[in-house]
Amino acid sequence: MIRLSRINKYYQVGGHPLHVLKDLDLEVRTGEMVAIMGSSGSGKSTLLNILGILDAYDDGEYWLGDTLVKGLSERQAAAYRNRFLGFVFQSFHLLPFKNAVENVALPLYYQGINRRKRNAMAMDYLERVGLKDWAEHLPSEMSGGQKQRVAIARALVGQPRLILADEPTGALDSVTSHEIMDLLKDVNGQGITVVIVTHETDVAAECSRTVRLVDGQFEGVA
Amino acid sequence: MIPDSWVELWEVVIRNKLRTFLTASGVFWGMFMLVLMLGFGNGLRVGVQKAMGGRWATNAVYIWGGRTTMPYKGLQPGRSIDYDQSDIPALMSEVRGLEHLAPRNQLGGYRNGVNVVHAGNATNISVSGDFPSFAEVMPRVMEKGRWINELDMAELRKNAVLGHAAYEQLFERGEDPIGAYVTVNGVAFQVVGLFRSPQTGDRGDREEMALHVPFTTFNNAFNQGDRVGWFAATARPDVAASDLEAGIRRVLAERHQIHPDDRQAIGGYNSQEEFERVENLFAGIRGLVWIVGTATLLSGVVGVSNILLITVRERTSEIGVRRALGATQLGVVWMIVQEALLLTSVAGYSGLVVGVAALELAAYYVGEGNETMGPPTIDLSVALSAVVVLVIGGLFAGVIPARRAAAIHPVEALRS
Ligand SMILES: Nc1ncnc2c1ncn2[C@@H]1O[C@H](COP(=O)(O)OP(=O)(O)OP(=O)(O)O)[C@@H](O)[C@H]1O
Ligand SMILES: [Mg+2]
Repeated sequence: MIRLSRINKYYQVGGHPLHVLKDLDLEVRTGEMVAIMGSSGSGKSTLLNILGILDAYDDGEYWLGDTLVKGLSERQAAAYRNRFLGFVFQSFHLLPFKNAVENVALPLYYQGINRRKRNAMAMDYLERVGLKDWAEHLPSEMSGGQKQRVAIARALVGQPRLILADEPTGALDSVTSHEIMDLLKDVNGQGITVVIVTHETDVAAECSRTVRLVDGQFEGVA
Repeated sequence: MIPDSWVELWEVVIRNKLRTFLTASGVFWGMFMLVLMLGFGNGLRVGVQKAMGGRWATNAVYIWGGRTTMPYKGLQPGRSIDYDQSDIPALMSEVRGLEHLAPRNQLGGYRNGVNVVHAGNATNISVSGDFPSFAEVMPRVMEKGRWINELDMAELRKNAVLGHAAYEQLFERGEDPIGAYVTVNGVAFQVVGLFRSPQTGDRGDREEMALHVPFTTFNNAFNQGDRVGWFAATARPDVAASDLEAGIRRVLAERHQIHPDDRQAIGGYNSQEEFERVENLFAGIRGLVWIVGTATLLSGVVGVSNILLITVRERTSEIGVRRALGATQLGVVWMIVQEALLLTSVAGYSGLVVGVAALELAAYYVGEGNETMGPPTIDLSVALSAVVVLVIGGLFAGVIPARRAAAIHPVEALRS
């Protein structure tokens, strides 16, 4: 599903290049659920953004399925994000003026699916995350756990092959975190590959595999 | 079926009603003012044109006698120029482009009146001797009876045609003036016609404070001999009034031994100059209105642009989310431009509609109008160009914020 070879990423900080990812190699097979751990500033989010084609890398190769993700046009990148990838963020990033079902339906809008069908599909996914009765509620009327469920439904609605989650439980208490992890494991159980960035060892423990980033390099990867 | 993107757009626009309202009101106001100013500019022009008497005003020429200022053919300067009836056939045959010629005499001189009496009522009005052709130069609307004719001229009939304003001074309300007698300097004239001026306002009133009698009768009754006080004339449609005036001057100068360059010896006026002056004035006003109106509109557009810029900043995270979920840069740009277009066109169109409604209302109250103000109107073409200006303005309003939105990096937007 994912193959990274010798990925390097630099940021320009005050005129000097900051080497954030150093010769990273990583392989994630289809159906895996991988946790990425590491201290703050080690480059976890940077890596995830590259995997999500939200950010570019400086050299190396990133294969997503059969595609080499390099020098994609902005349009192609948008299409990949829309069709292959689902995102879950620490701070949910729901649109505050749209209700739950409209938020979930948003990726389908960019697929050009009409409103009726979109909302029906979104409703279906809301039901799967157990929030059917909250469809008409605005994010401001929901708890953190509920918001994250909506976000997961939104990530799933486009039927992606890969879910990328950046600290999905970072803003939640431990009970709610558990529920969210159960949900993600469920998703993974349906054959969707999941990559989770996390600080929490219990979260990582629920995944099939954990990789550790230390200062831009994987620790203990042979 | 309403496109989905419009629904998306609508959600954004109604999300912050106050902001949308404030933004839109700038454009609304600009459009409203533009329409109003253009409309009243039009009304003003129509009013003034009407006061000048329609198309006739543009081709009339008046010629009167002056005093020479240059020696010529042994004649000393300071000689007073008087015209006589022998000038008439000369002018008729020698001046090219002459349509109608109306020689005139007036008691008391130009713009001076004399006392006219009827049944104990007396009023001071202008009394002139006129050819039938005068009605061609200065159109009269006959309210009753008839205008002076050739038979009056030939038989020196003591007939008279009375203006409506003069009639109101001399006659009792509802009294029929036709057949009645009015007395001028002890000479009685029988009224055969009552007229109104097609002009409005003061000019019209002044024209109606008049009594016209046959030219021949006038000269005979008031001992004017052969004299012609002045000439009124019109140019043929294909000839400029100023050219006609020059032609008349040339013929008269030759006949009265006047130096060709002596401008003071022959008094003259042609309405084309005034017409052109007024036309230029209105062209100027219209230009100014467009400049001021467009500037007002532009400031509204800049307002829209500014607000959208702020909105884009507020919506940074939303734009990041949309990008992550599959929106293209172009999609984001289009979203902002559409918003700008929607705001400007809805607001501008409302301004146009309300402006036109205000003009209609004003036109209703102005009615036929007076000598300075006709009913305010706006041409469809002008309204359409205003709409075009608006749409272009809307596009421009969207460009800068849209570029700002496109430049938002999704990673930056999604941080936190
Ligand atoms: N846009 C940027 N410009 C410059 N430096 C950046 C930028 N984004 C990240 N960095 C730097 O790159 C390094 C890695 O950042 P990253 O956000 O990937 O860390 P992280 O592992 O996700 O940390 P955390 O656990 O705190 O989220 C940090 O030192 C950070 O300061
Ligand atoms: Mg991070």
